[in-house]
Amino acid sequence: MTAAATCSFSHFVVCLPSCSNESSQKPPRYYPAEDAKSSKSTYKVRQNPPKIRKSITPGTVLIILAGRFRGKRVVCLKPLESGLLLVSGPYKINGVPLRRVNPAYVIATSTKVDISKVDAASITDEYFSRSKDDTKEGEEAFFEGAAPKPAVVSDARKEDQKKVDAALLQAVAAVPMLEGYLAAHFTLSSSDKPHKMKF
Amino acid sequence: MAGEKRAPRLHVDGAILGYKRGLRNQHNSVSLIKIKGCDSKEDVDFYLGKKVAFITKAADGAFRVNWGKVCRHHGGNGVVRCRFRRDLPPQSIGGRVRVMLYPSRV
Repeated sequence: MTAAATCSFSHFVVCLPSCSNESSQKPPRYYPAEDAKSSKSTYKVRQNPPKIRKSITPGTVLIILAGRFRGKRVVCLKPLESGLLLVSGPYKINGVPLRRVNPAYVIATSTKVDISKVDAASITDEYFSRSKDDTKEGEEAFFEGAAPKPAVVSDARKEDQKKVDAALLQAVAAVPMLEGYLAAHFTLSSSDKPHKMKF
Repeated sequence: MAGEKRAPRLHVDGAILGYKRGLRNQHNSVSLIKIKGCDSKEDVDFYLGKKVAFITKAADGAFRVNWGKVCRHHGGNGVVRCRFRRDLPPQSIGGRVRVMLYPSRV
């Protein structure tokens, strides 16, 4: 079939004459009815590291503003990939375990702890993800109408807590009065003006 | 531990002054709030974006919270404009709100 013949019954064909002009090659016997989409330049979607305000660095003492541990002062260990912060009380001082917190719900103080000897590399976002068995158990329990089980902290978690806190406690003990500071709550009293405070 | 002690206060009280308004028109979607201790436009900067809670007690004794946030200053003496999920009711005028310290920028 020639180009001319094709043109005669498909008025919208534009490309064919040019195809035949192009070279001595035979024109294609078939062409797609719809324009083939040229693939756009592929660029990888790369997840940028989360932006965390400058005042928060590993070792910064933070004040937790909401949730179960509100008012507690904790030590920031590192930002995680999810943009949350990994913090530890340390547990022995104020009862805050290794935990993720949202930087929006945290005041960064100007107090810093030297945590160069603390190794929290093994603790990532996955560390805190729930195992599938847990959810299944919970669902079954729900349908059975059983009372919710008390949260049990696994021995592995306790071990990790101890491991990370060991170095952290040493670093805290090296600075005078820091332990008492971390143990104390932050609270506003009657005439306090947080907008005038230097944290 | 925490349970025995009094819970820490992590909010500042605000007074509901009324709605944003002109001489003849009133804009119910924007409430004016005076934050305690916040007395100038510069002071307002700290509170921009902060969550505001209007707390009421329902008939069954449960607490209801209408959340809002600080949008901007209103004039130069520390009054702020706030918007709430649901507009504040007129009987709330003269009442209290809690201005929380989050989302934090410090």
